[in-house]
Amino acid sequence: MSSRHAQLAEQFNADEARTNWHDQTLWWVRQKRDRAANTLPEWEQLRQWASDIKDHTLSNLHAYLLEFEKNALANGVFVHWAKDAEEHNRIIYDILQKAGVDRIVKSKSMLTEECHLNPYLQKKGIDVVDTDLGERIVQFREEAPSHIVLPAIHLKKEDVSDTFHEHLGTEKGNNDPQYLTHAARLHLREKFIQSDIAITGVNFAIAETGGIVVCTNEGNADMGAHAARVHIACMGFEKIIPKAEHLGVFTRLLARSATGQPITTYTSHFHRPAPGKEMHIVLVDNGRSRQLGREDFRNSLKCIRCAACFNTCPVYRRSGGHSYHTAVAGPIGSILNPNLDMKANADLPFASTLCGSCSNVCPVKINIHEQLWKWRQVISAEGLTDPSKKMGMKLMAWVLARPAVYRFAGKAARWVTANLPFLVKNKTWNPWFKQREMPEAPKQSFQEWYKKQQRS
Amino acid sequence: MYTVGLFVPCYIDQFYPQVAISSLQLLEKLGCKVVVPLNQTCCGQPMANSGFASLSKGCDANFIQNFGELDYIVCPSGSCTLHIKEHLHSEQFPEKATLIQQRIYELTEFLTDVLKLTTFKGSFPHRVGLHNSCHGQRGLHLSSMSELVAPVFSKPADLLKRISGLELLLPERSDECCGFGGTFCVFEESVSVKMGKDRIREHEQNQVDIITGGDMSCLMHLEGILKRKKSPVRVMHIAEILNDGYE
Repeated sequence: MSSRHAQLAEQFNADEARTNWHDQTLWWVRQKRDRAANTLPEWEQLRQWASDIKDHTLSNLHAYLLEFEKNALANGVFVHWAKDAEEHNRIIYDILQKAGVDRIVKSKSMLTEECHLNPYLQKKGIDVVDTDLGERIVQFREEAPSHIVLPAIHLKKEDVSDTFHEHLGTEKGNNDPQYLTHAARLHLREKFIQSDIAITGVNFAIAETGGIVVCTNEGNADMGAHAARVHIACMGFEKIIPKAEHLGVFTRLLARSATGQPITTYTSHFHRPAPGKEMHIVLVDNGRSRQLGREDFRNSLKCIRCAACFNTCPVYRRSGGHSYHTAVAGPIGSILNPNLDMKANADLPFASTLCGSCSNVCPVKINIHEQLWKWRQVISAEGLTDPSKKMGMKLMAWVLARPAVYRFAGKAARWVTANLPFLVKNKTWNPWFKQREMPEAPKQSFQEWYKKQQRS
Repeated sequence: MYTVGLFVPCYIDQFYPQVAISSLQLLEKLGCKVVVPLNQTCCGQPMANSGFASLSKGCDANFIQNFGELDYIVCPSGSCTLHIKEHLHSEQFPEKATLIQQRIYELTEFLTDVLKLTTFKGSFPHRVGLHNSCHGQRGLHLSSMSELVAPVFSKPADLLKRISGLELLLPERSDECCGFGGTFCVFEESVSVKMGKDRIREHEQNQVDIITGGDMSCLMHLEGILKRKKSPVRVMHIAEILNDGYE
C-alpha cells in the first residue's frame, strides 16, 4: 500500500539521530536564506520581477531561443538542439569522438543528471570526472546526488573520510574537513590538467548576447572550461532570459535563496571560445515543450534550481533526497518529474502535506504546492493511484454526500472505537496507531448534543 | 447582530464535539445568532487532497444546500475553510458557490476581522504553545509567514494574548508543518510522525501545559503522539480556550 517514496522515507527515518542531523543541517541553510532575504527590503519586489521576466520569456520562448542561437553562432559558438536525453547524450559523444578524447571533466549540471549522461558515456569507455566536490563524493560512492545544490548533504564528514580513504588513499579515520578538501583539490587539479574537454551546466542564457552564465562556489566550472580545448555547455530550454539587464534580478535572488550568500563565489560569463579553442552549447528540450503546453504546470519551468524549496520542505528534510528516486528531488522535483514519467513518479506529488512553504520561499514564485495538488488530480484521472485507495475514496464520497448515512456511519465508527477497540488499535493494519493513540470516541456527536439542547 | 451559520467539520462533529460546542457558545456570548444546519457533513477535502476532487461533487452540493442562504459562515478550522474557498464548485448554482466562498470565515478570522473582538473579561492561567496550522496561515493569511519579507502579525496570537493569565509561547520554528497533512498521516506514516514529534519537542522545551491551534486535525495528530508517550501536555482547540477565557 505504501508508495515508493513512503518506503524509502521510512528507511531513512530508521536512524532517527541521522534524520535529526539532516533536518537541522538543512534548516540551518533555510535560516541563512531568511537572514539574507531580510537584508533586502525589496526582496518581494525582486521575486515578482523574476517571476514576471520568466513568465514573459516562457510565453515567447520560441523567439528567444532563436535569438539566442543567432547571437551565439555569431560569437563563433557551435549550437546544437536536442529533443530528448538520448539525443543530448549522442551529441556530446559525437563531439568527444571528433576531438578524439576519452576523458572529460564536468562541473555541476542537473540537466546531465536528468539525461543520465555519466552512465551513458562510461558505457562507451569515457572517463567522466565530476569536479564539484559534493558531486565527486557521490560519484565515488556510485550514488545519485540527493540535493541539487548540496549533492552530498545526506553524508557526514565521517562518510566522506571513508570514501576518500577508499578512493584517494587518505588517512583512515581522519575526518578533518581541511585535510579532506585538500586531498580532493590535489586529485581534481590532476584531472583538470589531463582533460581536453570540459562540460558545464548553464544557470542563465542571455538571448540578447548569446552568452551564458555559470554560477559556482568552487570555481570548478572555470577551471575546467579554461584548461580544456573544448567547452561544452548543456542547458534546458528554460534557462533563457531575454536581456543582460535582467541578469541582476536573478543573481541577486539565486545565491541568497540557495545558501544565504549575497552572490555565488564565481559568476562566470562565457560568450565565445578563446582563440584556437572550441565552445559548444547544447539546447535540450527533453519534455520541456510538453510541460510548456500543460497550462496548470507550465510555470514550473520558471525554476532557477536554487533548492530553497528543498531546504524549507519539512518532508524533504525528514526523508532525504534519495527517497524521491529522481535527479531533481524535493518539492520542485515532485512537480517536474511527473511530466518526464508520470507512472514512475506518480507517488511524488503525494509526498507532501501541502503546507505551502515551498511556494513562499520560491524566488520566482512558482505555486509549487498548488501544482502538487493539481498533479494529484491528473494522476488519479490517469488511473495511476492504488485501486484500493480509489475504492476507499468512492465509499467515503458516497457516505459524505448523504447526511443520514453520514450520521449513521459516524455513530458506528464511534461505537466500534469505544466498544471493539482491538479492531482499531492494531499496529499492523492501522498506520495511525503504529506510533499514535486513537482519539477518544465521545458518546454523542456535536449534532446529537445540539438536537438535545433544542428540545430542552 | 450577526446571524452566523456554524460549519462544523465532520471529524469535529464526530470526535471533538466540545470544539463545536465552544465555538457555538463563544459566538453566542459575543451576541451572534448561531444557526446550525443539521444536514451538513464534510467539505470534501479528504477526497480532493487525495487526487479525487472529481468525487467531491456530492459534498459540494450538500454544502451549498446547507449554507447557501447564510450571510456569514464560520468554521473552527482553517483547513476546511480554505478548501471551501479554493475548491467549492457547482455547475447548477455557480453564484451560490461564489457567495459562500466570499462569506466563509475561519473562527479567529471572524472574531478579529468582523466582530473586531478586543477585550476579554475572563482568565486562563496556563502556559500555552501555539501551533500555526499551515492552511490557516499560508492559505488564509491568519498570520504572517516566516518565509516572506513582510510585517509580522498573527490573528490567533493576538486573541490569545488578550486573555489574562495566559502565557503564550511559540516554538522555535514558529510555522513549521506538524505533518498531519490529511491522508498523508497514514500514507507517509513515518515522516508524518517524525514531523509531529519534532513540533512537540519544541513545545516541550517551552514547558507548555497546553498546545493550541485553529485546526483540530493537526492537534488530533499531535495528541496521538503525546498520549502514546504519556506526556502531561494536552491539546485544546483555540475555540475552547477563547470560550473558557471569555466570561
